[in-house]
Amino acid sequence: MTGTGQPWSTREMMTVAAARALRDGTTCFVGIGTPSTAANLARATHAPDLVLVYESGTIGAKPDRLPLSIGDGVLAETATTVVSVPEIFNYWLQPGRIGVGFLGAAQLDRYANINTTVIGSYDDPRVRLPGAGGAPEIAASCGEVVVVVAQSRRTFVERVDFVTSVGFGDGPGHRERHGLRGRGPSQVITDFGVLRPDPASCELVLTELHPGATPEQAREATGWDLRVAPDLRTTEPPSARELEVLRAIEATAAPRAGAAP
Amino acid sequence: MARVLGLAEAVADLVHDGDTVAVEGFTHLIPVAAGHEVIRQGRRDLTLVRMTPDIVYDQMIGAGCASRLVFSWGGNPGVGSLHRFRDAVQNGWPRPLEIEEHSHAGMANRYVAGASGLPFGVLRGYRGTDLPAHTATIATVTCPFTGEELTAVPALNPDVAVLHAQQADRDGNVQLWGITGVTKEVALASRRVLFTVEEVVDTLEPRPGGVVLPSWVVDAVVEVPGGSAPSYAHGYTERDNDAYRAWDAVSRDRDAFERWLHETVLDEVTS
Repeated sequence: MTGTGQPWSTREMMTVAAARALRDGTTCFVGIGTPSTAANLARATHAPDLVLVYESGTIGAKPDRLPLSIGDGVLAETATTVVSVPEIFNYWLQPGRIGVGFLGAAQLDRYANINTTVIGSYDDPRVRLPGAGGAPEIAASCGEVVVVVAQSRRTFVERVDFVTSVGFGDGPGHRERHGLRGRGPSQVITDFGVLRPDPASCELVLTELHPGATPEQAREATGWDLRVAPDLRTTEPPSARELEVLRAIEATAAPRAGAAP
Repeated sequence: MARVLGLAEAVADLVHDGDTVAVEGFTHLIPVAAGHEVIRQGRRDLTLVRMTPDIVYDQMIGAGCASRLVFSWGGNPGVGSLHRFRDAVQNGWPRPLEIEEHSHAGMANRYVAGASGLPFGVLRGYRGTDLPAHTATIATVTCPFTGEELTAVPALNPDVAVLHAQQADRDGNVQLWGITGVTKEVALASRRVLFTVEEVVDTLEPRPGGVVLPSWVVDAVVEVPGGSAPSYAHGYTERDNDAYRAWDAVSRDRDAFERWLHETVLDEVTS
């Protein structure tokens, strides 16, 4: 952890933890950025048969370098098949053929609802963000959703300003009432640890802490009264192999310019 | 039958003030040169339609061509935000931009309905999100067979589609391959179709997975080698990732943008 003498950064720990959330042989609908880095790390380490699906229509992409965007040519060149955009959403995502949806967030709340649309009011936004893209239907239709996002009070808010993609809505029964077919978010992976929904209340609970972080730090970086699991575990630190592969993958992508999102 | 024209002539003929225009392309095959010609010809009050408005739409919005944007994700892919788009939405510069916002699945189905000659598309989408409260073109429909409540989105039928492909033949038949996005649906949904192509060839060789749009659904073909730069044309050109990164700095500042607009687009002379 940066500043604590660990030989890896908090971002690297987050990416490694996100990669480990992907099981071999599953099918994953991948967003760009950290989800894509983590998915490619998983494929290069413990999950060689992970099927990567990007919304550009590339199914089974096997890129040998990190794509800069979801329509990068390396995805089309290495895919099992390339289909049109209407087909990827209508035939592949909507009927529930994709096991895991892998998403980022600009804001996230205690029920894992995601905002990537606006900060502030919709009609007079403080910050206009890119918008929904494929995320609402990924969150609704994939078997489960893994969210990867750096944790801060700006991002982890009491209530998202706009629900772009539904996590658990306002709590138990919400997804069912809206006919959402996937199970919803199973893990939220941050630079402090891993949050999982309480099976009864659907509220996110800190269940895992990365080495070097404290529960107080994680609570301080959260805009609601974050619950900590009584049996809080410590994440296995990145292995030498995971770090080596991650750094090799990241070296294939040029640095990002300017500010995300 | 498609006519093979010069770029200035094709844009003057097919793109008019006040039109609903779909300059499409899904990271791949984005008709950037044609977008710049629309700016040069000073088109105004356009409704710009596109799933993924990226830097060419940022440029057209910054140049004042657009009064409305219909979209599902507006960003500089892999880099960050569109600052001219943000400035128009947040500050009304250079003019206010009304937005109509969807998800990718919603936009894709709007084009499918448009191409199919149907009044609306149906999908399992948007439920539980805040999008329906802010977008008038999202409604619900009850399945007449099961009673299930689904989402309905109206067909999109742009006045004109501006698209890019790898090849056309001299009769104006067009072929594209690689990531095909929504190109086929947009072409078939639109009233007029303008394609820029990397190359006009004597004979089209059918490609596995390729999309062919026959001449009689295309109005004009323009040969513009490199016409999708800085995006790419699979088999012809590479994506210029540095240009996407460089755009971030140019677009953050109104003066830097206006200098860029004059030096790169307005003072450029084309055929």
